[in-house]
Amino acid sequence: MTAQPQAAAERSAPWIEVFGRRGATGRKPPLFLMLPAIVAGAMMLIPLVYLVVRASATERTELAAIVLRPFTLQVTLNTLALVGSVLALTTAIALPLALLVTRTDVPAKRAITILATLPLAIPGYVMAYALIGLSGYYGPLNAFFGLRLPRPEGLFGAALALSLYTFPYVFLNVRAALLGLDPALEESARSLGRSPRAAFLSVTLPHLRPALLSAWLVVALYTLGDYGAIALMRYDVLSSAIFSQYANAFEVNYAAWLALMLLAIAAAFLVLEGALNRGRRLTRTGTGTRRSVLAVALGRWRWPALGFAALVHIASLGVPALVIAFWLSRAPADVDWAKVPVTVLGTLSVALPAAALAVAIAVPVALVATRWPSRLTYGIERMTYFGYAVPALPFALATVFFTLAVVPALYQTVAILVIALTLHTAALAVGPVRVRLLQIGPRVEESARSFGYSAPAAFCSVTLPALSRSVLAGAIFVFIVVAKELPITLLLAPSGFTTMAMNVFSRTQEGMLYEAAPYAALMIGFSAISVALMLRSERDRP
Amino acid sequence: MTDLTNTAAPFLRIDGVSKRFGDVTALRDVSLDLRKGEIHALIGPSGCGKSTLLRIVAGFETADEGSVHLGQRRIDTLKPEARGIGIVFQDYALFPHLTVAQNVAFALKYADDARRVAGTAPLLRMVRLDGLESRFPDELSGGQQQRVALARTFAAGPRAILLDEPFSNLDASLRETTRREIRDILKASGLGILFVTHDREEALSFADRISVLREGGVEQTGLPKDLYFRPANAFVAGFLGSTNFLDGIANGASAETPLGRVGLDRPASGPVRLSLRPEAIGIAMEGSDGVPGIVASLVFKGHDASAFVRVGETIFEVLMRASLDIRPGQRVHVAAHLPAVVLKE
Ligand SMILES: Nc1ncnc2c1ncn2[C@@H]1O[C@H](COP(=O)(O)OP(=O)(O)O)[C@@H](O)[C@H]1O
Ligand SMILES: [Mg+2]
Repeated sequence: MTAQPQAAAERSAPWIEVFGRRGATGRKPPLFLMLPAIVAGAMMLIPLVYLVVRASATERTELAAIVLRPFTLQVTLNTLALVGSVLALTTAIALPLALLVTRTDVPAKRAITILATLPLAIPGYVMAYALIGLSGYYGPLNAFFGLRLPRPEGLFGAALALSLYTFPYVFLNVRAALLGLDPALEESARSLGRSPRAAFLSVTLPHLRPALLSAWLVVALYTLGDYGAIALMRYDVLSSAIFSQYANAFEVNYAAWLALMLLAIAAAFLVLEGALNRGRRLTRTGTGTRRSVLAVALGRWRWPALGFAALVHIASLGVPALVIAFWLSRAPADVDWAKVPVTVLGTLSVALPAAALAVAIAVPVALVATRWPSRLTYGIERMTYFGYAVPALPFALATVFFTLAVVPALYQTVAILVIALTLHTAALAVGPVRVRLLQIGPRVEESARSFGYSAPAAFCSVTLPALSRSVLAGAIFVFIVVAKELPITLLLAPSGFTTMAMNVFSRTQEGMLYEAAPYAALMIGFSAISVALMLRSERDRP
Repeated sequence: MTDLTNTAAPFLRIDGVSKRFGDVTALRDVSLDLRKGEIHALIGPSGCGKSTLLRIVAGFETADEGSVHLGQRRIDTLKPEARGIGIVFQDYALFPHLTVAQNVAFALKYADDARRVAGTAPLLRMVRLDGLESRFPDELSGGQQQRVALARTFAAGPRAILLDEPFSNLDASLRETTRREIRDILKASGLGILFVTHDREEALSFADRISVLREGGVEQTGLPKDLYFRPANAFVAGFLGSTNFLDGIANGASAETPLGRVGLDRPASGPVRLSLRPEAIGIAMEGSDGVPGIVASLVFKGHDASAFVRVGETIFEVLMRASLDIRPGQRVHVAAHLPAVVLKE
């Protein structure tokens, strides 16, 4: 018995002793964990304060003249129209697909599910690129079929491009809700005399509401934050107005006000979703066993149903693949191949450090939030999610103001770009780490301590190894999202610095579709990794 | 009550139903019937196909073979909503987004809302839930949820009701009283009730008739008393209560066994396998009649106790009064004082 503490001291590495023996189960989180968490949390918020500071610097008299122009109203209405259209279109695509794979005897359910998840791998601006590259005189439609469509643009083009890559969020959410629904509910409705249709409307649909609302919130925030696809479709919304007012018109104060308006709309959606979900009682009262629900026999409707799924897959996956392949094959000689590796390096030089930094933030944040739950630690964790939910351009603009005012030396450097991207994506790394920490729980660490391990030694020897996979997953998520990121990169990148995402965007904007093709292909390759990861974690779930 | 059920004509008839899931045979050639006003228990170990049979009757699975008739009508080809069969699921499956009254009203067939709401009142009174109309399911106890589910099932006006392990989600302390209440309600309805359980006490005390299922087949159907005292085979004997199995050579009304000469419930001859319940064996001090044995252990159960007595190589469980002064290690005599049941192998 008495030999044990000594043995533990020998087992723990010397550096661990620096942190002392109190900790893991104490009341207060140790400072070395709390400090990075607080700094990270504060960094999400401080730039936004500068956005407000900058906006309020506008003179009162000037304010009306700046903000109250018809253009402001126009882009606001356009933004709302776009969000509405994207929500309608994604739901029209995703709800029937989710019902098909969960409630009918349609063949190839697994294939449809995977194919309906893959569009997540296609960045919005690549989807826009594909739709634009499809039409036109030199496009594949004309080349193969002699079909000339007008270049898609405006509300229609933007809504289509955004819907074709965001509908998987609605699909996955609704599908999960349908699968999680206690089948006994629908069966009860049936044996109480309801037809399948009536049972669906009166019992199933109310249960889908929370899933739909949260998917709609995600899609709406994506739509508000998107810049690339919308700009390529030449549609004027708040985000593109912020960019053009800042980067082209140099009306910085106006850009700040537009950014605040966009933030307000995003906040309104968050509040609205919360309000619509409140007071819902959809908790399962029982612990019914999982059984699959009676599948509706499609009969003659089998072929139209498959046709619908095929149409969605062709539009969301086939078109980008075809267009990229077409343009790659068209003018390979003209492509500046030497520039490709340089650009890839550019992307890596941002995405790799951002991934490492995000993990360095995520582990302490998740750790203090799960092990020392308090208002403060909860607030810090929420801040990281907040950084992710804030639309990209207001976030980027706020970072510019903050840098100029506080650390001008960092303005227009790769360093500040990496920091901004890290703060914007850290939530993606917090998520998996947090979930894993909750799964592991403090018991194993406590039992290690009962064997005489110090708190840090117990953490390092028991918890940390179990955490490594989710840390890696978080890092990969951040890496991929940063590699795809466009608006923050466009606004903060030092001149001369270029990434793959920037190239797809600018070449497409210039109409050089074949120049954009290799980067678009690479982007999809990168993103495909993230979807593969997601599908894997979905499959691993019990 | 048993007299009534004996004479009533069967009106739910399950004939030769078989069901396979891939290479699992869930049901093989199951036939049983349910009479009006009868509570019929299906009992068997977990995984023996009880739920599957209920789901076939309710219309949520289709049988590979066989048929189900309700009255003169064949119903196994009908949609669930057209069968006139109510089902109460193990976890009640109340609609969590509807209040108690709305849950019940859901099943009422009146078109206009006012009549539907009015129609819930007598049903809720029947299950003694009046006053809780506007509660939501998550604000009810398990027993109350179950009664809502029952009222909702009654509301649809079924001709028979199926209950899948209706008491398994209740606290043990509640189970006894709830069972009695629910039995009274079901009996008062006069409907045919088919209910599933794996709890033998529940089946014996709740049902008018019992069917014992094993690996998808019916082993025996009969009155609780008959099944308990005259089980057809070792499985039924063992499943419905603890028992002693012994081999013997029968010679007409009795058989020669390790417990000496034992009376039989029916004449037999040659080698037989017998079942003798613990309460059918008497225990006495050394020197009385019967065969000698040694008390291996004792389990005190309150008003009575089980003595495990070693006779030769075998251990017999014997039920005795707890006040009897018998200790482990003591030499005793044991003898059957009731006839043993001849089992079909
Ligand atoms: N939908 C299903 N798919 C595959 N196997 C099933 C299904 N439903 C039941 N089974 C199998 O059939 C057998 C009987 O199941 P069940 O009727 O639920 O048993 P019980 O209710 O008696 O416990 C079990 O082996 C079970 O695994
Ligand atoms: Mg069952």
